[in-house]
Amino acid sequence: MSWALVIGLSAGAYLLKILGLVVIGDRKFPPRYEGVIALVPVAMLCALIMKDTFTNGQDLAIDARMAGVGLAVVGVWRRVPLWLVIVASCATTALVRAAS
Amino acid sequence: MNDSSTTNNRDIYGPALALGFAVFVFAISFGVVCVSAGGSVPKAMAMSLLVFTGASQFSAVSVIAAGGSAASAVAGALILASRNAIYGVAIAPWLTGRLPYRLAAAQFTIDETTGMTLAQNTPPRRRLAFWVTAASIYVFWNVGTLIGALAGSSIDTQKYGLDVAFPAAFVAMVAPLVRSQRAKRVGFAGAVVCLVTTPFLPVGLPIIVAALVALVGLRPEPVAM
Repeated sequence: MSWALVIGLSAGAYLLKILGLVVIGDRKFPPRYEGVIALVPVAMLCALIMKDTFTNGQDLAIDARMAGVGLAVVGVWRRVPLWLVIVASCATTALVRAAS
Repeated sequence: MNDSSTTNNRDIYGPALALGFAVFVFAISFGVVCVSAGGSVPKAMAMSLLVFTGASQFSAVSVIAAGGSAASAVAGALILASRNAIYGVAIAPWLTGRLPYRLAAAQFTIDETTGMTLAQNTPPRRRLAFWVTAASIYVFWNVGTLIGALAGSSIDTQKYGLDVAFPAAFVAMVAPLVRSQRAKRVGFAGAVVCLVTTPFLPVGLPIIVAALVALVGLRPEPVAM
């Protein structure tokens, strides 16, 4: 892994962050677009949960992660403190992995 | 007044610390994986201090570890990072200020800060949630990376299930955002689109395609209760 990669990724990632918050910024959008902008994080976060739970690269997989993240869904729904949700999710994944 | 607002803000500090904890666990994994993929401790730290967007860092390192080129590693990571641009647009109305302020805020525009900001109900609480979460995540992310990079391969992250710390935290972040019926449907559709497109698209792109589901927001929200 080269320094060029590290620097290139740093610059690219920061430019993308600036693009949204600073360049486009708080320009007023027509109200109909505000609904879209508010919903984008919802769609993306749910997609990220799927990616981190059910995929390995381009492959779909059902494995121990499903147990851990499933427990997180129940924990968040039952309003269990977040740190406990995370510890329990990791522990559950580890146990299922060890057992399988 | 002062008393009650302090009490009310506790529900910002607690979750911000807990998200920091999730990120800490994940950051240890990142440090370990980065060093085993041929990175050094300074490179791992430069990534976490400067790139500071976890999923992209992980994806870049995993492409390199799988024998991919630097160009494909950076391209995939930047596709993933492009969601931060959209997050920036979503939270910009509450982070107004002079240019240096916004340039600084931009570095911390990531999943966790966006989720926490949008989950609050008043502008001052949104601003507070953004900065408190930013501070918590930045410290935990970098300390975790350092520990992981120094420990190297002596920690088996898979064995302890550390790889689910991120999705578990994402579940908690999305929960307050899906109160309305429409948000629930958008979240479900985003999840389905991601899974269905994963086998056919380069890593990172399914997340961006899933974001297109939010275009249903163009239709006026039903006012009925």
